[in-house]
Amino acid sequence: MIREDRAFSYGENKINYNNKYEIISQHKIADNVFEMKLKKPLDYDNPIILKPGQFANIKLDGYFLRRPISICDWTDDTITLIYKVVGEGTDMMSYLTKGKVLDIISGLGNGFSLKDDIKQPLLIGGGVGIPPLYALAKHVISKNENLKDVSVVLGFNTKEEVFYLEEFKKLGLNVHLTTLDGSLGNFGFVTDFVANNNIPFDYFYSCGPLAMLRAVTELFDTDGQISMEERMGCGFGACMGCSIETKNGSKRVCKEGPVFEKEELIWNTI
Amino acid sequence: MEYDMRVDLAGVKLDNPIIPASGTFGFGEEFKEFYDINILGALSFKGTTQEKRFGNKTPRIAECPSGMLNSVGLQNPGIENVIEEILPRMRTFYRKPIIANISGFSIEEYQYCCEKIDKEKQVEIIEVNISCPNVKHGGMSFGTSPESAAMITKAVKSVTTKPVFMKLSPNVTDIVSIAQACENAGADGISLINTMLGMRINLKSEKPMLANGVGGLSGPAIFPIAIRMVYEVSHAVNIPIMGMGGVSSAQDVIEMMMAGATAVQIGAANLVNPYICQEIIDELPDLMKKMGIRSLKKIKIK
Repeated sequence: MIREDRAFSYGENKINYNNKYEIISQHKIADNVFEMKLKKPLDYDNPIILKPGQFANIKLDGYFLRRPISICDWTDDTITLIYKVVGEGTDMMSYLTKGKVLDIISGLGNGFSLKDDIKQPLLIGGGVGIPPLYALAKHVISKNENLKDVSVVLGFNTKEEVFYLEEFKKLGLNVHLTTLDGSLGNFGFVTDFVANNNIPFDYFYSCGPLAMLRAVTELFDTDGQISMEERMGCGFGACMGCSIETKNGSKRVCKEGPVFEKEELIWNTI
Repeated sequence: MEYDMRVDLAGVKLDNPIIPASGTFGFGEEFKEFYDINILGALSFKGTTQEKRFGNKTPRIAECPSGMLNSVGLQNPGIENVIEEILPRMRTFYRKPIIANISGFSIEEYQYCCEKIDKEKQVEIIEVNISCPNVKHGGMSFGTSPESAAMITKAVKSVTTKPVFMKLSPNVTDIVSIAQACENAGADGISLINTMLGMRINLKSEKPMLANGVGGLSGPAIFPIAIRMVYEVSHAVNIPIMGMGGVSSAQDVIEMMMAGATAVQIGAANLVNPYICQEIIDELPDLMKKMGIRSLKKIKIK
């Protein structure tokens, strides 16, 4: 454990950084999925969030490594995180309440790069890969005059896991929902839905489970960007824990990623 | 009253004893985004081999109580790239001593890399890693017997001019005999400890958490082991020791120095708190004042 209190218990030297974020709210928004809003520290000295698709790395009491969580949305003073309880760390996180202060390094990773010459972008996401697509959707809107040219396809396993459908719809985009069991929206995989319904797009942005990302790569002829996931150590490029092999050499998912061009990825090594 | 943090490491003068450990600090490029890394005593760069390496399959990181497992497996860009591209880049933002951490799979490879890196001006110490637990046929296998440790030491010393520190593995029955073998073979210092071999199994997938199966445990979990080994080795050799293993605070640094370390490396803590070395360097003078320690050169256990 890093004993954070020690940093402040000795010394006339003032510690010159502040990465303490205060929880403003936390809600369960679907089965095992939580939305947490946090207030940024005033004298904010973390890497700033520049692009949708970047992530925050959260220190939790009693756990050694930070938990990387993609940033769903942000303002000048706040960040919104959506995460799924997948283990002990995220389970513990889900019990934290308003007022709790967390040590967070934010603005990590490269994020999605918005392409200028795209007329009909498709945002395609699955499960907890969907949150970063929300901030991305807002950014895409600022670039596209005709909102109806922007399609969003969101996939979940069942209706109990669905979240942020209304939030996406409020943005005024073409939003489609699929569930694997057909319990809400369209039945089946997001990729099949796009293919079978002739959803028009000339570029895609994608985040979700590996099997979905692989299918997206194989089925879509257009170029696109894919946000990858890998078990991380530090989250800022130091430990080389999360490297993947790409056509342009080895890349760190936390630093050169998590977003990669579709063409870069070598799926048989992943 | 002045509190003197300077230490002398096999003739290399450091402003303070704080050194980020190899494999947790890359080549400093990521950390310079967080603070001015010229406050460091020195920096031990990512373990480098003759050829570039991708390392092991992922996942290669796992959480543990008070620590972490890694099975990165010496991912590095290779010695030529380090010398031709990375060191010149480092010079633009870092002017303190560089400790070159070198690893290999044969005596010839250790010699090749050490001879090359020895010629680099900013490299003031060569740290020879004979303790990486994550590669087969090399790495740790050279550091688990006094004979092979001495053999590598001799081979490296014969092609270098700068102080050579042998980085030892804790995964041995008698670390003292290995340290003594290195000293007798001409080593200028000892670095210890590298990570401890460990393993975790995921109950959901019923598979090992690391693709490699096993990996190296680091973090505060291994701190007491590191203290014990540094203490034992420091009483058995007359060459300086860089102590490491779970050090995470100024207090830990003083404890490691009391155990017998001349300088202290900070490893896994960098990965959780990128500011940790800066914090420790900021705290040390005040802790020294509190403890009545005037100079870090004279720390002894009672």
